[in-house]
Amino acid sequence: MNSEYFSNDYQKTPFMLFFRVAVYAVLIIAAIYFLIPLVIMIFTSVKTMNDIRTGNLISFPRQFSLEAWKSAWDTACIGVTCNGIKGYFWNSVKITVPAVSISTIIGAANGYVFSKWKFYGSEVFFSILLLGCFIPFQIILLPMAKMLGMAGLAQTLPGLVLVHIVYGLAFTTLFFRNFYVTIPQELVKAARIDGAGFFRIFFKIMLPVSIPIFVVSIIWQTTQIWNDFLFGVVFSSGDTQPITVALNNLVNTSTGVKKYNVDMAAAIIAALPTMAVYIVAGKYFLRGLTAGSVKG
Amino acid sequence: MTFQTSENLKTKISYMSDRLLPKLVVAPTFVSTIVFVYSFILWTAWISFTKSRLLPRYKLEGLIQYIKLFTNDRWWVASKNLFVFGSLFIIICIITGLLLAIFLDQKIRIEGALRTIFLYPMALSFIVTGTVWKWILNPSIGIAKLMHDMGFLSFHFDWLVNSDMAIYTVVIAGVWQSSGFVMALFLAGLRGIDDSIIKAAQIDGASLPRIYLKIIIPSLRPVFFSALMILCHIAIKSFDLIVALTGGGPGYSSDVPATFMYSFAFTRGRLGLGAASSMVMFGAVLAILIPYLYSELRSRDNE
Repeated sequence: MNSEYFSNDYQKTPFMLFFRVAVYAVLIIAAIYFLIPLVIMIFTSVKTMNDIRTGNLISFPRQFSLEAWKSAWDTACIGVTCNGIKGYFWNSVKITVPAVSISTIIGAANGYVFSKWKFYGSEVFFSILLLGCFIPFQIILLPMAKMLGMAGLAQTLPGLVLVHIVYGLAFTTLFFRNFYVTIPQELVKAARIDGAGFFRIFFKIMLPVSIPIFVVSIIWQTTQIWNDFLFGVVFSSGDTQPITVALNNLVNTSTGVKKYNVDMAAAIIAALPTMAVYIVAGKYFLRGLTAGSVKG
Repeated sequence: MTFQTSENLKTKISYMSDRLLPKLVVAPTFVSTIVFVYSFILWTAWISFTKSRLLPRYKLEGLIQYIKLFTNDRWWVASKNLFVFGSLFIIICIITGLLLAIFLDQKIRIEGALRTIFLYPMALSFIVTGTVWKWILNPSIGIAKLMHDMGFLSFHFDWLVNSDMAIYTVVIAGVWQSSGFVMALFLAGLRGIDDSIIKAAQIDGASLPRIYLKIIIPSLRPVFFSALMILCHIAIKSFDLIVALTGGGPGYSSDVPATFMYSFAFTRGRLGLGAASSMVMFGAVLAILIPYLYSELRSRDNE
């Protein structure tokens, strides 16, 4: 709904003018509230510790220093090792890239079947699969830990990749299925009459129109997996930890002087990839978040 | 017995493969769902009825872990915290989200920029959110110092280290992170409302607030419902934010069921109790989910 119908009659009254000013004021105050933590993060990360102690949260940095950034990346101590968060950053990359690609590809194929190649029982299976979107993951942590141990994958990156694929499939399948049901079944029927088979229809008809939903799925999975903490903290240790776990360890170590600037620099580094995705493809990001929730 | 022509055979093969391939494609997911979701849930359920401590034991002992759980003071603190956090988080997110969406829907010039600003926290990890709010709410050099520098010398803010108030800091950070998302849901809902109904109401002389209260907001019912479900889900699963912001402390005063489960199952070697607590969490999710799925399916049937 857009309020163009209100504009003609209401806009010129003093009440309406006041109303519009108030609307802008509230929105701008809200924007400041949402932005302040980001500003504080950036300011704090380029301050020196002395500057932090003498200034306050929103005081402008008196001298601009990238020391904290260098330290966070390269030398900060996490646990017993003092190599910064770079190793953990790359761990997260090594987990996210394969887990996102594989879960998206499988999800696309599943969604294709559940929308265009329904067979006896496929609807039931789809419903069964959806439970995976809703379970609190606490319920699978213990058996998963045991299973990864038996498979020799405990505390390894491939183990984490496997976990993320398995529990991402329900979401990616849902995305693709909901997208493909909007493509007319007649197209598939016509292609079948022309002699095209299962894969030919997928590659020639479905894939070319699937780019938006691929973007949604990739963005959703990337944010979920990059930002995951629970699986990371349970299924990894030491130098296989993802960045979220490393960041938490860095911030919550109680030994030594607390370096808030290093904490903030590390937090920004941990947030950068998903922020970049959001800024570049925000529209799709939103579509992913609302997929399957606004439209049933 | 007749010989099939090669043409016939080919059609037959392609017919067979078109029947088999869809099943083959979803088979791995089927197996993985049965193993990693359903049988894992059963395994956890089984363990919750045993006396497992550091290692799983499979001898069933009845409800002993559930009795331990429900007589455990820490569990009740965690449940109460989830209730307090969950209800405040959901109510504030919905109110903020709805208001921001309505305001943004008034032909705002800078709508795109504002939407981006309201929504960016959703891209962050809860660990990052926890880290930055922990710094802002730091009782000695965070917001307290800022207020002192601004001249409010009596300003005192120690919620982060105050065991009665720590859970409310989680609400502050949670709302900051999630209300933009609720705004986006409502905005999508507002944009989907049929203009003609509103126009008709205007012709009848209804005032703007009246139109919102009587027509627009009631027609957003499904969005309220979705937002409620999603926020409930975020609240029950919330783990990272509490770990990063308060660590469940001071003591265990800001524990929630998710941190309780982690602590007992993975750091205290009490598998049985951890499993029982995760079963209760699962039960809570199901209690919320079943009415949701029911209504979803019903609305789909009506289409």
